[in-house]
Amino acid sequence: MPTRLLDTLLVLAVGLLAWQGVHWLAPDAVTSPAGTVARAAEMLASPRFWPHAGETAWAFALSLVFAIGGGLAIGLPLGLHRFSAEVGEPILVSLYSLPKITLYPVILLVFGLGLSAKVAFGTIHGLVPVAIFAMNGVLALPPVYARAARALRLSRWRTLAAVLAPAAVPEIVTGVRIGFSVTLLGVFIGEMFSSQRGLGFLLMNAIGLHDVPTMLAIILMVGAFAVTANAALLALEHRLHHRPA
Amino acid sequence: MTVRPLTRPAAATAPHEIHARLAGVTRTYGAVGGRGGVHALGPVDIALRRGEFYSVIGPSGCGKSTLLDVLSGLSRPSAGTIVFEGRPVDGAVPDGVGVVFQEDASFPWMTVRDNIGFGLRENGVDAAEIGRRVDAALALMGLRDFAAAYPPQLSGGMRQRVCIARTLVMQPRLILLDEPFGALDAQTRLIMGDELLRVWRETGATVMLITHALDEAAMLSDRIGVMSARPGRILAEIETGWPRERDSRIAADPGFGAVTSRLWGLLREESLRAIGAQAPAGADRA
Repeated sequence: MPTRLLDTLLVLAVGLLAWQGVHWLAPDAVTSPAGTVARAAEMLASPRFWPHAGETAWAFALSLVFAIGGGLAIGLPLGLHRFSAEVGEPILVSLYSLPKITLYPVILLVFGLGLSAKVAFGTIHGLVPVAIFAMNGVLALPPVYARAARALRLSRWRTLAAVLAPAAVPEIVTGVRIGFSVTLLGVFIGEMFSSQRGLGFLLMNAIGLHDVPTMLAIILMVGAFAVTANAALLALEHRLHHRPA
Repeated sequence: MTVRPLTRPAAATAPHEIHARLAGVTRTYGAVGGRGGVHALGPVDIALRRGEFYSVIGPSGCGKSTLLDVLSGLSRPSAGTIVFEGRPVDGAVPDGVGVVFQEDASFPWMTVRDNIGFGLRENGVDAAEIGRRVDAALALMGLRDFAAAYPPQLSGGMRQRVCIARTLVMQPRLILLDEPFGALDAQTRLIMGDELLRVWRETGATVMLITHALDEAAMLSDRIGVMSARPGRILAEIETGWPRERDSRIAADPGFGAVTSRLWGLLREESLRAIGAQAPAGADRA
């Protein structure tokens, strides 16, 4: 799709121009795109950078596994039972609207400083959207799927695992996409406070030292990762909603 | 066309051997402690003979689909008993009973082939046997060229064939169909009716078809149970007397007009009542 590619490039170019413009207006607060990329390249080449990136990646991967696993474990059974879903949905939604940052001191007290607190904080961010989308995905399925499964003598568990869950996959992927970005947010916030390792820690460190190029370089790298992953999930979602391709 | 039979041919049996029986079956919805609720069905008594094609016809909302639900074991009756091959049916679909629904129940994320083999895989049939049965069903339902397609690429009639094939590979001895052609256009319905007759002959299964179409019931059935407006009861059972080898061209038979006019004679009052019963007065509330 050449037009799609052209559009993307156009958006990128406008973004870079705007960035450069802000740099001219406030050179002390924002490094130029070229300067940021140079600093990022420098960091990527430095052996001291990789343990931090690895720490963040590991914490994020664990959080994502817990958020998706837990979200499906909560959302799919709720979706099976309309009454439970009606009770569960407002609880999930109000949990989601809770400003989770206020819970961070509690999480630190429970899990202590380190990896487990970050993972817990990332997980509570991502779990709820995955659960809500999985629940609604199952609720919205035509009732005839469950009836057909019963007529083919499937157990309740096989009905869920072999029919309802696959049927709800497009919705689940949407939940995972949204869960993905908020889990990343949670892990990052977790690293920014009371952490000695990870990209969030590097970012806070750079803010403390007023090392603007490093700040911007970390933001660029994390942002590029998040945008790419989101685009990939969005493409997958698109394919699933309009299957078969 | 020779196709490997999907069902064991019925053994030489005594005429009118009873294959499934409903006795005093009723269904009430939403009743709490025996009061209130909607009396949807019955009491109904039907004895299905082994190998016959039985249709149930009735006005809209008379409980036809409820009847199929309780007979198949998909839901429990409020009262009465259901027996299939000598064993009571209670809250689960027994082995040997297949159900085809009005709605499209094909799974859009599986190919036609995988859809048809789905029930067999879930019931632990070995792969070679699944392959054989699916191939036979693909041939029987005219789906051979679409084995690798996904249901959303097919027409409504083809998708319903996939659902019928998925039921047939389980080798049901009793096939229950709930207005399976309701969503299809008139010509496709006639063609599908002919195919259903062919399947019925080739498998030797007992068939119960729920329909609201007079001509469909008259064309396809050995016997037709005519239901009353809600709560549905069997008003009369009509024998068509058609030969086993038949198709939709039976509509040209002089007897066909006699059957449909008899059906309409029984149904006209009930259909009027069904429409009238939608007025606010809930005459059938206990």
